[in-house]
Amino acid sequence: MAVKVSLKVNGKSVSAEVEERTLLVTVIREHLRLTGTHVGCDTAQCGACTVSMNGKAVKSCSMLAMQAEGADVMTIEGVAKPDGTLHPMQAAFKEHHGLQCGFCTPGMVMNAIDFAKSHPNPSESEIREALEGNLCRCTGYHNIVKAIGAGAKAMAAGK
Amino acid sequence: MGAPLIGARVERKEDYRFLTGAGQYTDDVDLPRQCYAAFVRSPHAHAVIKKINSAKARKSAGFVAIYTGEDFAAAKLGGLPCGWLITDVNGQPMKEPPHPCLAQGKVRYVGDQVAIVVAETIDQARDAAELVEVDYEVLTAVVDGSKATAKGAPQLHEAAPNNTCYVWAIGDKAAADAAFAKAAHVTKLDLINNRLVPNAMEPRVAIGSYSRADDSYTLYVASQNPHVERLLMTAFVMGLPEHKVRVVAGDVGGGFGSKIYLYAEDVAVTWTSKQINRPVKWTSDRSEAFLTDAHGRDHHTVAELAMDKDGHFLGMRVKTTANVGAYLSTFASCVPTILYATLLAGQYKTPVIHCEVTAVFTNTTPVDAYRGAGRPEATYVVERLVETAAREMKIDPAEIRRRNFITAFPYQTPVALMYDIGDYNATMDAAQKLGDVAGYPARKKASEAKGKLRGLGYAAYIEACGIAPSAVAGALGARAGLFEAGEVRVHPTGSVTVFTGSHSHGQGHETTFAQVVADRLGMPIENVDIVHGDTSKVLFGMGTYGSRSIAVGGTAIVKALDKVIAKGKKIAAHLMEAAESDVVFENGAYTVAGTDKKKMFGEVAFAAYVPHNYPHDKLEPGLNENAFYDPSNFTFPAGTYVCEVEVDPETGVVKIEKFTAVDDFGNIINPMIVEGQVHGGLTQGIGQALTEGCQYDASGQLTTGSFMDYCIPRATDVPFYQVDTRVTACTHNPLGVKGCGEAGAIGAPAALMNAITDALGVKDMPMPASPQTVWRTLKNKKAA
Repeated sequence: MAVKVSLKVNGKSVSAEVEERTLLVTVIREHLRLTGTHVGCDTAQCGACTVSMNGKAVKSCSMLAMQAEGADVMTIEGVAKPDGTLHPMQAAFKEHHGLQCGFCTPGMVMNAIDFAKSHPNPSESEIREALEGNLCRCTGYHNIVKAIGAGAKAMAAGK
Repeated sequence: MGAPLIGARVERKEDYRFLTGAGQYTDDVDLPRQCYAAFVRSPHAHAVIKKINSAKARKSAGFVAIYTGEDFAAAKLGGLPCGWLITDVNGQPMKEPPHPCLAQGKVRYVGDQVAIVVAETIDQARDAAELVEVDYEVLTAVVDGSKATAKGAPQLHEAAPNNTCYVWAIGDKAAADAAFAKAAHVTKLDLINNRLVPNAMEPRVAIGSYSRADDSYTLYVASQNPHVERLLMTAFVMGLPEHKVRVVAGDVGGGFGSKIYLYAEDVAVTWTSKQINRPVKWTSDRSEAFLTDAHGRDHHTVAELAMDKDGHFLGMRVKTTANVGAYLSTFASCVPTILYATLLAGQYKTPVIHCEVTAVFTNTTPVDAYRGAGRPEATYVVERLVETAAREMKIDPAEIRRRNFITAFPYQTPVALMYDIGDYNATMDAAQKLGDVAGYPARKKASEAKGKLRGLGYAAYIEACGIAPSAVAGALGARAGLFEAGEVRVHPTGSVTVFTGSHSHGQGHETTFAQVVADRLGMPIENVDIVHGDTSKVLFGMGTYGSRSIAVGGTAIVKALDKVIAKGKKIAAHLMEAAESDVVFENGAYTVAGTDKKKMFGEVAFAAYVPHNYPHDKLEPGLNENAFYDPSNFTFPAGTYVCEVEVDPETGVVKIEKFTAVDDFGNIINPMIVEGQVHGGLTQGIGQALTEGCQYDASGQLTTGSFMDYCIPRATDVPFYQVDTRVTACTHNPLGVKGCGEAGAIGAPAALMNAITDALGVKDMPMPASPQTVWRTLKNKKAA
């Protein structure tokens, strides 16, 4: 059964004809061609598909598109400034080498931004706990943890 | 010019696109008129296919096509080849049973491909695949490598009696036996190197696209080596001319070995795209990845070390059974032999070593190279033996290593390799200092006071990287050369595009290779772009695996740069009316010694493309050079890792308190990237020792088939690492580099298991050291 979903993505109103079973991530990747959001597993474990929905980090592979009806969604493509300047969290990942192959990175950044809003000066263990739902196979998390600590501070300082 | 670029912590050029969602991974590619493939896969580990009924599938919505093994056989598509021929102890070639792209009458592991189903959407393709009815006659399966050759074991292949691929050996058995006969002490261990699932975060993807316009094919695929993929697919499977096939591996989300190989799906989508005259896309989901990406490790080993009364190593004997899974994957045969047994000397002067390897087929996913590939298995054998020997002989584990370290180079090991250089005492010294080994007894006491068990373990690993001298590899059975190619294309206004046959899937070549180029040409790094991953752009390439990119691929670029600089010198000499022998190139400028004459590299490049004033009698216009580099030896990165753990005896939980890694990778181009490689390697090694273990039940069902039950390390499982390097420059490549990609995964398991067994006071225990396993080990120890 085709159904229509309407939502806001990266500040733009969009709609798509989807099947009832269609996942939010499918709308983002296939219908809107916003391919920065990735699919790394099928059990809601890896977090590569994390986007912001109504200001909270959610796994877009674990939601039906219909559940996002009317929602305000931001994907990794909407994070940097319109002129291309990186968000402080993105800049921190670059500076601290918090990414290698880049596949988990969009989900990491989306989760980190949400986390940093409530943790302006997080401890190492708080950051590691917050990464429970995001898997990375390249970095060993070492530099991701450092990047998130630095990015959170930069966000708090309004950089 | 500013500070030198080689050795600088340059932020990565590729990061901007990855951080903004602008990466182009294979699944991000969509082609006009594309349709989607799903594979019908065997639910049984071992079965005969009696009948395939596709009637219902053909009627389902959006159905486009289905092909089975019969169709592939009728089209005369070959099976998937193995790239390395091992010759057994009797001088006979290994057994190479057919490895069909789609099953031919029999399936041999859960996930084995039975049919490709194509439909208009991915969901419709999966729906249609579900409707294909396959009538199986289920056979008994064998999954445990150590049981594969037992009497009465189920037989997988007619062409491989007794499920044996080969029995292979290296070293002097009689000399080893003689060494053991005179030993004052022998340490013996029965070790299992657990099977692992690589799990790059990006699942495999393949899009085949045939063009009737020029009878050509394009395969977009998540691959570590697009040219090798093309060579294997065209020459060995499909019988196509290479110039009609383009393979594109753009951004690839991690590989760790699992994306080296030519997989059945790659062939199937490519062939099918011609049959239906439309592009065909297949995207693996994680469940398929667990079932079908080549697995790693899976060795059963009995190892013995003979020593004199002072702990000097006299000899080593090793007997390994390597489970290669149901079929031979692309490099499956060389991993437990050439990449394993040749490393059993480790960092030590062990004078005689004998190793025998039996490779067996089982009803499990094919096993091939996974980060480290053979070398983690060798290091595990050597370093678990050495640590255990030290304990048994009551010699400090660092001291027993120092007594046996190789200190004079070059050094010919008894297992074929010739180490060119190293300083094992230097990395040991540095690791002990950085890891504050001197302060360990106090920390142990503090742990004991809390009711916790503390342990410390070392691993002094060595690896052979920069694979490989083609002639040596060929003599050992390689069916391909192992050189690398590079091209430096200087543009008229002096900026540079460099094409490399190496492939980056997280390693950061776009930055490190650009550092090398910009440094050599004396130009800003912004003026250099690195291109890789497309057979239509790059002249040739053997790809990235075995930590070979900088040592082999980087050297090919350096050789091409040398040609560019040399040609530029001729042009500059003409422009400055000087003798070529008086012209020097430095900091991006050609100058004439003893004069103020100077031509910038950009001016020379411009003259090459606008050759109005040009030595036409001696030179062609243009400034574009390529080079192929075939190394004269392997490189030998080595180092010492020290791991300190605290174990809670009540729960069995192991906490890594400190992990120190001091590596010698030779010269380093970008320390930030090297540290990142070490962090990642260590975490995969820690995963093997602590959290990861691929399990099949007796019927051959994979019981660890998702991230819910196969635990790759999470952020809370690992600590901040202490890493450092010491440098002995590689003697046989111009950059003096050795490679750093796999070290962490090679050294970490042994260091961690040495620490855990030290904490528990036991001789051995299986990996992964999960809380349950640790708790049971302690319970059994008490009972004993």
